[in-house]
Amino acid sequence: MSDSHLVLENLCKSFGPVRANSNVTIHVARGTVHAILGENGAGKTTLMNMLYGLLQPDSGRIILNGREVRIDSPRRALELGIGMVHQHFMLVGPLTVTENIILGMSGQALTLNQGAHRARLRELSEAFGFEVEPGMEASRLPIGMQQRVEILKCLYRDADLIILDEPTSVLTPQETRTFFDVLRRLKAANKTILFITHKLEEVMNLSDRVTVMRAGTVTNELETATTNPGELARLMVGREVIFNIGSREGRRGGRLLSLQDVTATGERGNRALDGLSLDVHEGEIVGVAGVDGNGQAELAEVIAGLRPYTSGSVCLDGEELAPYSISERVGRLRIGYVPEDRQRTGLVLDQGVAANMMLRAHDRPPFTRFGRLLDFGAIRRNARALVERYQIRASSIEQPVRHLSGGNQQKIILAREIEAGPRLLVVAQPCKGLDVGAIEFVQNTLLEQRNRGMGVLYISTELEHILAICDRLVVMFRGRITGSLLPQEASSERIGRLMAGMTEEAA
Amino acid sequence: MIETLLRWTYRLKSVWAVMLALLLGALLIVLAGYDPIAAYRELFSGAFLDYWGVSATIAKVSPLLLAGLAVALPLRVGLFNIGAEGQIYMGGLFASLVALNLPEMPALPGILLCAGAGMVGGCLWALIPALLKAYRDLNEVIVTLLLNYVAINLVSYAVSGPMLAEGAPYPYSEEIRPSLFLPIIMPRTDAHLGAAIAVLLAMLIFVMLRYTATGYAMRTIGSNPHAARYAGMSVRRHIIGAMVIGGALAGLAGAFEILGLKHRLFHLFSAGYGYDGIVVAFLAAGNPLASVLAATFLAGLESGANTMQRAVGVPVTVISAVKGLIVIFVAASLAFSFQRSAWAAVLRRRRETEAALGEVRRGRRHA
Repeated sequence: MSDSHLVLENLCKSFGPVRANSNVTIHVARGTVHAILGENGAGKTTLMNMLYGLLQPDSGRIILNGREVRIDSPRRALELGIGMVHQHFMLVGPLTVTENIILGMSGQALTLNQGAHRARLRELSEAFGFEVEPGMEASRLPIGMQQRVEILKCLYRDADLIILDEPTSVLTPQETRTFFDVLRRLKAANKTILFITHKLEEVMNLSDRVTVMRAGTVTNELETATTNPGELARLMVGREVIFNIGSREGRRGGRLLSLQDVTATGERGNRALDGLSLDVHEGEIVGVAGVDGNGQAELAEVIAGLRPYTSGSVCLDGEELAPYSISERVGRLRIGYVPEDRQRTGLVLDQGVAANMMLRAHDRPPFTRFGRLLDFGAIRRNARALVERYQIRASSIEQPVRHLSGGNQQKIILAREIEAGPRLLVVAQPCKGLDVGAIEFVQNTLLEQRNRGMGVLYISTELEHILAICDRLVVMFRGRITGSLLPQEASSERIGRLMAGMTEEAA
Repeated sequence: MIETLLRWTYRLKSVWAVMLALLLGALLIVLAGYDPIAAYRELFSGAFLDYWGVSATIAKVSPLLLAGLAVALPLRVGLFNIGAEGQIYMGGLFASLVALNLPEMPALPGILLCAGAGMVGGCLWALIPALLKAYRDLNEVIVTLLLNYVAINLVSYAVSGPMLAEGAPYPYSEEIRPSLFLPIIMPRTDAHLGAAIAVLLAMLIFVMLRYTATGYAMRTIGSNPHAARYAGMSVRRHIIGAMVIGGALAGLAGAFEILGLKHRLFHLFSAGYGYDGIVVAFLAAGNPLASVLAATFLAGLESGANTMQRAVGVPVTVISAVKGLIVIFVAASLAFSFQRSAWAAVLRRRRETEAALGEVRRGRRHA
């Protein structure tokens, strides 16, 4: 260890009986990009929060620049030159970039000299090629730009160690590429980058060293150049992961879902679906690819009944869906829906596992009897069976789902939607934020259901996931389908052109 | 074991808030130059220990508990009903109108009709903010609050004009006929049946919230409306439902005040019970059964305050101050929640210290 910027020695942190971190030791060299790789629940975020002063370690030492330090608050962390960019950005929407960056900075005079700050920020932004305009309102910036503002915030406070928590989870592929350039420039400026991720490609592409964590402990620390994705995956989940899963043979049945020239209005009054046509057959997984925000979310909501369509037709088995309510679509038509935002839509975080397992069938048998009385026996039996079958890790079926990991939360939704026995299942971004093991589980479950004759509409922005399981693939652009193709004929160039809005002929 | 104890300590935070309020109240009494222990003794014995005191407390439980439930139920779907006071007035108005114009009939159907009319009055008054909230997303706090003044003045107008009793020295209506009086449950006192019915309704609402699909839907809407909609629950219908049932309960409180206690419609007949209902609901954290306790406690404070003033001379306003303090401390207590990890760390450190001390002690003995 020639020039250690940061050394973590035997850090331990427990939450009740759960050991989130146990004897974590990491060496980070100055001016390098150091990745912390691990599944969800491996203890990465706990570790970073200790480093940023949000949590206190139970034991162990943090050595920064050769001196042992105690970091008891984020303010102290910043004083020590540690900056953090959270997964969900901490920007105040209506304020400008400059205002956001100087917000809460110490050493301000009684009157703000915004002009001076703006000039210095512009300089800094140019030096790193950020292309951030300091006078812009934060809420108007695209996500990628907001992230650069967050990084700029750290730099402006003279941080030389920057922690990035799952930095690419919210970015489009293009934005991710820009982001990678940003990281390289930071490294060139001798900044140390510590980034948390569960994506193997990013580790391989970007990092100099990587620390792999599993279940709260460090399983290994290696030079990236000496390792490969297979080895990293094995260290991360503790076994070999099969990337090409599933047999593609499934018997494709009759036409189940059919959309014809559907239009629908989005949240901002925009035309989110604009003459979209699409079919899903029984025993078929249709993947919907596309850059995020091209109407995928609205497509799922239209089918599930959460959003009305303004023209065209949406039919299940030839029957128009428009007159059916959300609850009728779940109960009578048997359309399952795994929403994209599991914490906001898919679950009630304050309720227990058992209550969430019956969320969409709360007003019908087997969960009610004598009309509208809840049958707690049936609710508990159902929850216990599903927890067992889907191997959901919870301390009890009454435990609020807020305290479960993302993977376990997703399993609850999947268990609920699949065990309701749907004919058609709409899944939106089911693997977002999940680790390799959980992704494998989700995909295997879907394939199994497909083989039993369920029709699945699989919406995702992660092309590899779609290619791994779908029987057919369509690409969405600005509210319509630009092309439909089989996975084996899907070259990334071709899909890329369809994603950019060129039609099949041009592609 | 210790963890269970701690958990309960947190769960009873309303109780600690009340204790703290009483403690500060005692300080106020000392500042006013009286003996706080004597004052509180008179207060509580006057409220809960003698026949007349208990009856006065029970008479106040009826409006306080019903108003408390009228706030607590909408709270469960995430709505803040500040309008119980207005709903009480409308309930009183409707009940009096029916009582004064009803043809001769046996007592039971007569009382039921009057009470029903009161519920309808409260319902209608709550329906306005409910519809505006459900269809136009208008803030229910503002609408219910402002409608209070409309209702209060409407009653004042009615009893000083069209309903004014002949020869009345100040605004009140004719007396309703004795067959419509609510039965008294403690002979020779004001304690009428209203309190018992209110307790029954509290239990009913508890069962509804806890054991039915409708109650589950309401709780879900209160904690995550997006998920509720995804679950196929009609957010609109449940919002309107909770608000309207709340209004009906407050309306019933108004009707009971007329039928059980005042026997005629007075102007300003409710002594702010609608607002005290907010205190009840918060003290009970929205739980209908806990509301029974909270309402009884508050009713006791009010009825005991007079005894206290008579016996010790402490002005009744001290009790208003205590009520205000309760609100502040209950609101503040919402910031405290049980955190297992934090307490686990404290307990572990304690064990470690004790172990170390034990070693030291043993070491001394050996030495």
